[in-house]
Amino acid sequence: MRPYVLQGHTRPLNQVVFNAEGDLLVTCGKDSKINLWWADNGVRAGSFDGHNGVVWTVDMTYDSKVLLSAAGDSSARLWSMEDGSELFRFRFNEPARACRFSVGEKLAAVSTDPFMNSVSAIRLFNIAADPADQSAEEILNLTGPRGRITRLHWTDQNRTLLSSSEDGMVRRWDVETGKCLAEKQLHEKQVMDMQMSTDGTHFITASTDRTSKLVDTQTFEVLKEYKSAAPINSAAMSPIFDHVLIGGGQDAAAVTTTAAKAGYFEARFFHKVFQEEFAQARGHFSPINSVAFSPDGTSFVTGAEEGNVRLHHFDADYFQIGDRI
Amino acid sequence: MVSTSKWGDLLEEEEELPPSTTTGPDAKGIVTKVEYYRNEKGEVMKKTTKTRVVKIEKKVYKVAQERRAGWRKFGEAATERAADSVTSQTPDEVQLERIQRQKQTQEEKSKAADFQTAMAGSDKSAIVGSLRDMLYKKRMERQLLAAKGLIAAPERPPDEDGPSGSGLPPAGSGKPGGWVPPSLRNRLGGEGGGEVMQKRRDENSVRVSNLSEDVTEEDLAELFGPFGPIQRIFVAKDRETGESRGFAFINFIHREDALRAISKLDGYGYDNLILSVSMAAPRPERN
Repeated sequence: MRPYVLQGHTRPLNQVVFNAEGDLLVTCGKDSKINLWWADNGVRAGSFDGHNGVVWTVDMTYDSKVLLSAAGDSSARLWSMEDGSELFRFRFNEPARACRFSVGEKLAAVSTDPFMNSVSAIRLFNIAADPADQSAEEILNLTGPRGRITRLHWTDQNRTLLSSSEDGMVRRWDVETGKCLAEKQLHEKQVMDMQMSTDGTHFITASTDRTSKLVDTQTFEVLKEYKSAAPINSAAMSPIFDHVLIGGGQDAAAVTTTAAKAGYFEARFFHKVFQEEFAQARGHFSPINSVAFSPDGTSFVTGAEEGNVRLHHFDADYFQIGDRI
Repeated sequence: MVSTSKWGDLLEEEEELPPSTTTGPDAKGIVTKVEYYRNEKGEVMKKTTKTRVVKIEKKVYKVAQERRAGWRKFGEAATERAADSVTSQTPDEVQLERIQRQKQTQEEKSKAADFQTAMAGSDKSAIVGSLRDMLYKKRMERQLLAAKGLIAAPERPPDEDGPSGSGLPPAGSGKPGGWVPPSLRNRLGGEGGGEVMQKRRDENSVRVSNLSEDVTEEDLAELFGPFGPIQRIFVAKDRETGESRGFAFINFIHREDALRAISKLDGYGYDNLILSVSMAAPRPERN
């Protein structure tokens, strides 16, 4: 592999995401920038400028036309992906962290951090078909949990919402009533990332307690556990093989006192079922903050604390290894 | 009539080169290109180039293609020039480093120790994995030893050993892998010349077929080694693609070793395939 290094961010990366077809890649980071890249050759297709604070997460519509971003400048914004113009702005009194379009993109959920007197909340909005008709009216506010909500997922055909938070909990919310239906302490420390499998039956969590867990969506039963020697910031599942990709590394605060070799900054591949690490890809020199597989499983991308994004296209021999590992 | 050039040159120029031909790709995807050219001395040279053509199909979504064609760059990307591009490809190759392999070799090195550490640890899967590995290896060893165990039982016919071996204990009969004096290592080849040796080697050649493509010479040395000293192992490979063709020749020094290997390993399951082992047909005489 000869990965592409995308140096479009000057500060740590927060999230890297592919669109539905896998031809576009969106990255966002602490430098308040959102970049759009062509996923085949890593050329920058555009940047969404306007946020005044760290951009935590982004989400795209299925047709790759509208981008939703949640940022630390207490706003969540809708962008046109074709020309980079801002379509709408949701304003809050608290920093926004996680955001997700519902299946069908009629709704969107945005989580806000606890700040001053307010507790953490998940806010639901209607998304208008035409951005001109978009309203900022909140249709539901889910409050209660302590700690910031790091990731959100719509499940059960938009009837329920999954949230992962910094207290190590994963919760299921009823979208109609706003009640918390189930919760489970999956991790001892904060859950940094939660990614859904393509069929939605299970998801993978990544936590700073140095474990990553494969969890059943319906029962919250822990199916598999992947252990690392350093905090895990992100975990992704291959859509074509039983492979799990984990990114993390020595805590950013301790990096200056650690040798790059001891930092566990590699992107690490585990077998999903046997829980064994079978491969590594080096390249970053600081903790990996976000990893993603392309929807066709032929490439993966990692974004790290140093501000670099590395876009890897697998060599042919990876597909020959495939399930034989 | 005024001619500017000598008739000799004219003749040379007129001598036409055969047209270059391109054949293929054949079943293996190999394109053969034959070109003719003159070197500095004016001699006609023939150059044959063989290349393997690999077809890679890539499917692209129609919407993705339309996006690629229709979208313009915006934001910072619009003002970005090629010279100060934020995207670069790493100059060096980044490998997906396989780490399971290393583990395995370490395990092989210290089988027993590893099992003990696994037992001492609390990880159940490690114990089970290690135990299974150990049992499997034990079984394979036992099978090979059983095949080899017959070496010790029947003595070699003394007349074949010749006069040199009569007074001394038969080599390799007591302890397998024991030291054998060099004079006894090649019991049959002692009196013969090089030509005889060559002939004998061919006679003691065993042909193994239905091998998997990953089998190497070392694997075969491990498999056939217990039957007796081996002179040469040859794995047939495709000349163009370099892939194993699924058969190999093992030349034993002694014919009885070869026969025993055939009796034991013909129909032996190796690497999920059933081996077919037989004496190699003698090579046709070259004139």
